[in-house]
Amino acid sequence: MPAKIAVLAKQVIDPEMPMAAFQIDANAKRVVTPPNIPPVVNGFDENAVEAALQIKDSQQDVTVTVISSGSEFALDVMKKPLSMGADDLVLLQDDSFGNSVDSFQTAQLLAAAIRKLGGFDLIICGRQASDWDNAQVPLGVAELLGVSCVALGKKVELKDDKVVVERLIPDGYEVVEASLPALVTVSNELGQPRYPTLRGIMAATRKRPTIWSASDLEMDGGELEPRLTLHDLFVPVSNAECEIIEGDDEQDAGRKLALRLREEKFF
Amino acid sequence: MPEGNGVLIIGETQDDELSLATQEILAAGRKIADDLGQELAIAVFGNAVDAPAQQAVSQGADRVYSVTSPLLAEFRVELYLAAADTVCKETGPAIVLVARTNQGREVAPRLAFRLGVGLAQDCLEVSVDAATGTLLANRPVYGGNAVAVVSCNQSPQVAAVRPKVYVPLDPDPARQGEIVSFPVDLDESMVRSRVIEVVKEEAEGVKLEDASIVVSGGRGLGGPEPFAQLEELAKLLGGAVGASRAAVDSGWVPASYQVGLTGKTITPELYITIAISGASQHMAGCSGSKAIVAINKDAEANIFREARYGVVGDWEKVLAAMTETVRELVQE
Repeated sequence: MPAKIAVLAKQVIDPEMPMAAFQIDANAKRVVTPPNIPPVVNGFDENAVEAALQIKDSQQDVTVTVISSGSEFALDVMKKPLSMGADDLVLLQDDSFGNSVDSFQTAQLLAAAIRKLGGFDLIICGRQASDWDNAQVPLGVAELLGVSCVALGKKVELKDDKVVVERLIPDGYEVVEASLPALVTVSNELGQPRYPTLRGIMAATRKRPTIWSASDLEMDGGELEPRLTLHDLFVPVSNAECEIIEGDDEQDAGRKLALRLREEKFF
Repeated sequence: MPEGNGVLIIGETQDDELSLATQEILAAGRKIADDLGQELAIAVFGNAVDAPAQQAVSQGADRVYSVTSPLLAEFRVELYLAAADTVCKETGPAIVLVARTNQGREVAPRLAFRLGVGLAQDCLEVSVDAATGTLLANRPVYGGNAVAVVSCNQSPQVAAVRPKVYVPLDPDPARQGEIVSFPVDLDESMVRSRVIEVVKEEAEGVKLEDASIVVSGGRGLGGPEPFAQLEELAKLLGGAVGASRAAVDSGWVPASYQVGLTGKTITPELYITIAISGASQHMAGCSGSKAIVAINKDAEANIFREARYGVVGDWEKVLAAMTETVRELVQE
């Protein structure tokens, strides 16, 4: 069965960056983009790319389109899904699109782009982004498009006119079947995303992303009206004063640590 | 001034009782309703909800909407959403609170989108400005490295509150409240997905998420073998073993061990980290621990900024001696 798959991906500040590089501009109420640390594709979104490519590997006539919304993109970073094997990249880029706070707005933009692209049989997204951790956009896109929605997948397959998802539950997983079109969010349990191949990297270099601005998406003002106000953004003060346990040597410190924890009745 | 009146809790039940997380947000909602001088209502869904409805009154609700239907006998997200959406639209609350449980993670965002409003997600604290009626929500972002204070621009103002933050009110059987039956139109055809199989994965020993003591290892362990020593200490303490992303990515332990942003979020009483540097990615999964212990040879490692107890040194020597002392202490 031919299938059109969309993957929604976000460019984020590298969550593995050293803590010292993490800074907030209190006046602008935003996290400062660290100058020497390149952004990355959100980790769970790479899992989503992998899920889409596994389906593409398993059957004929599958196209994978990656869609992202933001105010500015590092093109070599956002091309990574292409070098992994995705077919197309659509970037929704506008100064007004960088609002990570407002999941509603982002979901509206992505839903508009999906409609403009003629809809998809399956939309796969990462469960949440590592910056604002909202875990809202995918579910919102499903609501706005009125498609089936299955959250927290660790395996995604297309079978006839349905999507079959192994979905994480607290003590294991459940196998869920949903009618198409559908949106599925995936988690890291899906497994390591594949590495780009040399051939993939060459192919990605030649591919040009489709870039749409606000006017291309024909959104009206009411749809993009902000839903949230950000009042403050700050680094919480850690109140943990670390008690360094010292001893005659490292063994002695280990013993003293055990005794100290016992004294505090932790065990 | 936001429109609507009162606070509405989207309730969740478990074994014919309110879930613990629902009891917690009843307490949060009670405070907000009192600050506003308005009513606290809760919607409870199921086939029969008499017991949880009574419980809700005893734990702070002024009014309970009892939303019953055979279709709500089990949690099926589309039907619950349709029911919750109807209650919100017909009762017109100013504020809606949802517990961010496994169900709430899916219900809260989808409900907010149906209502066409914003959602303050994963809140650690919710309070209301009584003068303006604005609900202010504190929520961790960037893996807990920063806290954002947000509010919703439209009505109702919806917030998903993290479990284990608020403490339930003690049940008071003398409390008075009104329990009203709230009929909703539901149809099996609303259901777009169906569970065809449930696979329970039996974990050996204590589950990571449930353990009151967790011993985790990181990149500094240098290989898979040292995890046997972590297992030994965890076993003596009746705890579980976890790992940082670096250890999982290196293939030393399975992904199910991973604590952090892309792994499990844990809130043990004691979190013992061995050779973990404390990258923000990792701290996002363990910052709710009551006390953190750091054993690391790098005195400058970030983990010491978050830890209550620390030993600077070679983990092998520290851990071996610590484990032996723990063994002697628990055998006493």
